Amino acid sequence: MLTESEPHYRQPLLKTPFHERQRALSQLDSFVPWSGYTTVDVFSSVDQEYFAVRNQSSLYDLTPMVKYRIGGRDALRFLNRLTTRNVAKLAPGKVQYTVWCDDHGQLIDDGTLFCLAPNEYRLCTAERQLDWLAASAIGFEVEIAEVTEEIAALALQGPTSCALLKDLGLAGIERLKPFELGHFELALAAQRAPLMISRTGFTGDLGYELWMKPADAENVWDALIQAGRIRGVRPIGSRALNIVRIEAGFLLPNMDFVSASHAQRSGTTRSPLELGLAWLVDFGKGHFTGRRTLLAEQQRGPLRGLVGLDVEGNKPALNALLYAARDGNREIGSVTSAVWSPTCKRNLALAIVDAAHLAPGSEVWADIYLNRELVWERRMVRARVVERPFYAPARRRATPPADF
Amino acid sequence: MVQGSRQYDAIVVGGGHNGLVCAAYLARAGRAVLVLEASERLGGAATTREFAPGFQVSACAHLLHLMPPALMRELDLAANGLKLAAERLPTVALGSEGQHVTYSSSEVSGALTAADVSRYPAWRALLERLAKTLHPLLSAAPPRLGTEAWRDRAALLGLGWRIRRLGRRDMRELLRIGGMCVHDLLEERFESPLLKGALAFDAVLGSNLGPRSPGTVLSLLYRLAAPGGPEILTQPQGGLGALTQALAEAARRAGAEIRTHAPVARILVRDDRVCGVTLGSGEELAARVVVSSADPKTTFLGLLGSEHLDAGFVRRVSQLRTRGLAAKVHLALDRLPHFRGLDPQSLRGRLLVAPSLGYVEGAFNYSKYEEYSSAPVLEVTIPTLADPALAPPGKHVMSVIAQYVPYKLATGWQEQRQQFKELVIRTLAAFAPDLPDCVRSSELLAPQDIEREFRIAGGHWHHAELAFDQFFMVRPVPGAAQYQAPVAGLFLCGAGCHPGGGVMGLAGRNAARHVMREAA
Repeated sequence: MLTESEPHYRQPLLKTPFHERQRALSQLDSFVPWSGYTTVDVFSSVDQEYFAVRNQSSLYDLTPMVKYRIGGRDALRFLNRLTTRNVAKLAPGKVQYTVWCDDHGQLIDDGTLFCLAPNEYRLCTAERQLDWLAASAIGFEVEIAEVTEEIAALALQGPTSCALLKDLGLAGIERLKPFELGHFELALAAQRAPLMISRTGFTGDLGYELWMKPADAENVWDALIQAGRIRGVRPIGSRALNIVRIEAGFLLPNMDFVSASHAQRSGTTRSPLELGLAWLVDFGKGHFTGRRTLLAEQQRGPLRGLVGLDVEGNKPALNALLYAARDGNREIGSVTSAVWSPTCKRNLALAIVDAAHLAPGSEVWADIYLNRELVWERRMVRARVVERPFYAPARRRATPPADF
Repeated sequence: MVQGSRQYDAIVVGGGHNGLVCAAYLARAGRAVLVLEASERLGGAATTREFAPGFQVSACAHLLHLMPPALMRELDLAANGLKLAAERLPTVALGSEGQHVTYSSSEVSGALTAADVSRYPAWRALLERLAKTLHPLLSAAPPRLGTEAWRDRAALLGLGWRIRRLGRRDMRELLRIGGMCVHDLLEERFESPLLKGALAFDAVLGSNLGPRSPGTVLSLLYRLAAPGGPEILTQPQGGLGALTQALAEAARRAGAEIRTHAPVARILVRDDRVCGVTLGSGEELAARVVVSSADPKTTFLGLLGSEHLDAGFVRRVSQLRTRGLAAKVHLALDRLPHFRGLDPQSLRGRLLVAPSLGYVEGAFNYSKYEEYSSAPVLEVTIPTLADPALAPPGKHVMSVIAQYVPYKLATGWQEQRQQFKELVIRTLAAFAPDLPDCVRSSELLAPQDIEREFRIAGGHWHHAELAFDQFFMVRPVPGAAQYQAPVAGLFLCGAGCHPGGGVMGLAGRNAARHVMREAA
C-alpha cells in the first residue's frame, strides 16, 4: 500500500494491511522482505512464538503469499496441464497442496489450489508465477489475474484456533475438515466482515487460514486478538514458522529446493519424485508439463531424494554436508533445513541424499560446523533417516477438533 | 480409435512437396501410407493453378533449383512425368537505360567493371567450396547437443572435420564471414552496384533480413549449399505443380494412398501416443504414426493442441518467427513486353529489380514499420517463354516475387491491394515501358493470402524464418529438431524442419528416414 506522499521508489517494500497492527506489537523491530512486502521476522521471542503455535494459537500474516485468480472455460484443463495432481478430483470448496514443473520435470514451485466454484480457482504460490502461467495458458481459454493485493490473509494456527473462531461466533467452523474451505461472516462492532476460511496451514497443526478484503483486515485482526486473549493467541514471525514447518516436514522454496525457473547451474534443480512428493504426481490423469521426463525418472528410479534426518546431539546440522561413513571420504548429500525441535526434543534436518540412503533407518554422517564464541569447531555426527513428518499431532486431522 | 477400419502405418498431413516426398519414401519402404491434403489440389506452395481465364502460374514458388538430383533420381521423377521446360537459367540484374548485368554460376557479363568480371569466378569458387562443406548437413537429421548417442557425436565430429578439411585459408574465411552481413562482404569484393544488389538479393530472398542484417552470409551459403547444384535454376514444364504431380505419382506407384479435400482437424492422441487423425468431416483415421508437413505452429498448436505438450515447448513454438515478408504478383499479359536492352532469349531466366545494396536495404527498412517501399525489390519470371502452354496462344504470364511486403500493414491491406499491384507494374515499366499496356489482369498474394491459400501460419514460405536461432539443430525449436515431436508417434516433415524451405524436398526425405528408424 503506497502512501501518496512517498514515491514508490522510496518504499521498495509494500506494507500489508496488517502492518500497522504488527508494528505496534513488534518489540524487536525485526522485519524481513517477502515477495515484495515487509513482514515480521520475530516479534519478541522466537521461542514464545513457537510455543504459541504448538500450545495455544498463533497469528501469522500471510498476505504476501502470491495469489492468482484462475477462471474461464478451460480453467480445469489448464490447471490439470499445469500441475502434477488431478484437479478433476478437486471439488468446489476443497483445497489441494500441489506442485508444478518445467518441461524437464523439475520443480518450479509448490502452492495451494483452491476450487471456489466450477472452473473458478485460486492458486497461492510462494513466488510470482505469471510468466509461467502465461506460457502454460497458450492454447487454453483461461483468464489469469494476480490478486495478491486484493486479498489480505492471516494464518490462525494452534490447538486453540478452532475454539477461538467459535468464540467469535463462526458457527460450523468445527465441521470444516482439513483441506476444506467455507464462507463465514464475522460480526464486528460496526459491520459484518465476510471471511473465507480454509483449514490449511504450514504448521502441521490444527489451524486455519483466513482470507478477507484488505479493508476488513485491521478489524478482523483486532477481533482475533481480543477474543484470543483467553485462548493465548500470539502474533508470530517467520522464524518461529520455520521451526514448525520443519517439524511438519514441509518444504520451503529456496531452502529445500531451488525453483527451476531461477536455477542457473545444471544439476541444482529437483523433481517432485526426488523431493518425496511422488504422491502428488498423477501419471494417470493425462498429460501435464514435465510428465514424460518424470515418467522416465520413475521407471529409472530417482538418483537422489529428500529425507528426514534425526541427528545425534542438539546442534542443528545447518548446511552440513553428509557422508556415508564417519571417515568423511564419500559425500552422499547435504542438509537443506535443520532445527532443534523443542516439541519432539529431537535434532531434525531435511536433507538431499543419494538413492542408496533413502530408506528409513539408513545411517549417514553429518559434518557440522559450530561457532562457539567465534571459535569454529567441526563435529562429525551420526544421523538416521526417519519418517516424515517428524511431528504430526492427531488434532491436525480431528473433525470436529477438541475444545482446548 | 476407429473400430473396424484399417490402420495405416503412417498418415502424412499435407500434400505439399515435402509431404509427398516423405510419403513416397515411406511407401517405397513398404509402409502403408495415406496422404491427406486439405485443398482440392496437391502441391501446397509448389503448385500450378489458373489465376485468370486461360492463364496458369506457379502460385507460390516459381523456380526449381534446390531439389537434389539424387532425390529426383531416387523417386524417378522423370519416369513419373516430370519434364523440364528450361534449365540453367541465367539471372539478369535489371539496370536503368537498358544497362543490365547477367550472371550464372560461373560467369558474369554486362554493365559492370572489368575488375568485377575478373573477381566473380573466384567469388563463386569460394562460395561453392564453403557451401560444399555445409552440403552434407542438409541431407541428414541435425545432431542433438549434450547427448551420449554416437550418432549425434559422429555428426558433430563430421561437421568439425569437414570445416577443418577446408584448409587453413578457407576455414579462416568461413569463420570470418560466417556471422557477417552480406552487405559488408560484397563491399569488400565488388564495385558494381548492380552486381552487389543482385548478389545480396539471393541472401535475403524470402526472409525477414536486409543486406545489412547479421547472418545474411550464412543464409547465402545455405542457399548455395542446396544439393541441387549451386544456382542451377530450372523450370518444370507445367510449372511447379508438375513437380508435385510427379512426386504424387511416385508416391502412388510406391503404394501410397492420396486423398484431397481431406483437411485434418485434429491429430488424435491416446495414452500419450499419436494414434491417428480426425478429418474436418469428423471421419477418424487410424495410423501408427502421423507425419505432419504442416508448419510447426499449425501442427502443434492447431492440430495436436497444447494440452498434449509441455508448456515451455509450447511457448517456444508460439514464439517461432513465422511472419512472411514476400508476396506474389501474377500478371496475365496479352503480349510479351519489350525490356530495354534484352532480347526475348534473355527474358527466359529470372530478372531482378535489386539495383544496389542501398536499394535493397532501403526497401527492407519500410517493412520494419509495417509499410512497403515505393521502390520494391522484385524477382520476375516469364514462364510462358519456355512453356507456352501456361497461357493462351501468343499470350504470356509474368510471375513476380515482391520482397519486403509485410504480413501486416499499418494502413491495413484492404485499400492497398490494387495500389501495390500498380506499384509493381510501374516499377517494372521503368525497364519495360510497354508493360502496363500488356497487362490484361493481375493477382496479388500478400503474405496473408499465402497464409490462407497454402495454410501456412504467418504466410512464411520457409514456414519459419531461416535465421541462426531457428536453424539446423534448433529448427524449428529445441525438442522437435530431429523430425520427432515430443509426443510418441508424431513426426514433422515440412519446411519448418531442417533444412528448411524452398522446393527442396530434403525435409521430407530426412523425416522419412527418421520415421523408418524410430518407428520401424
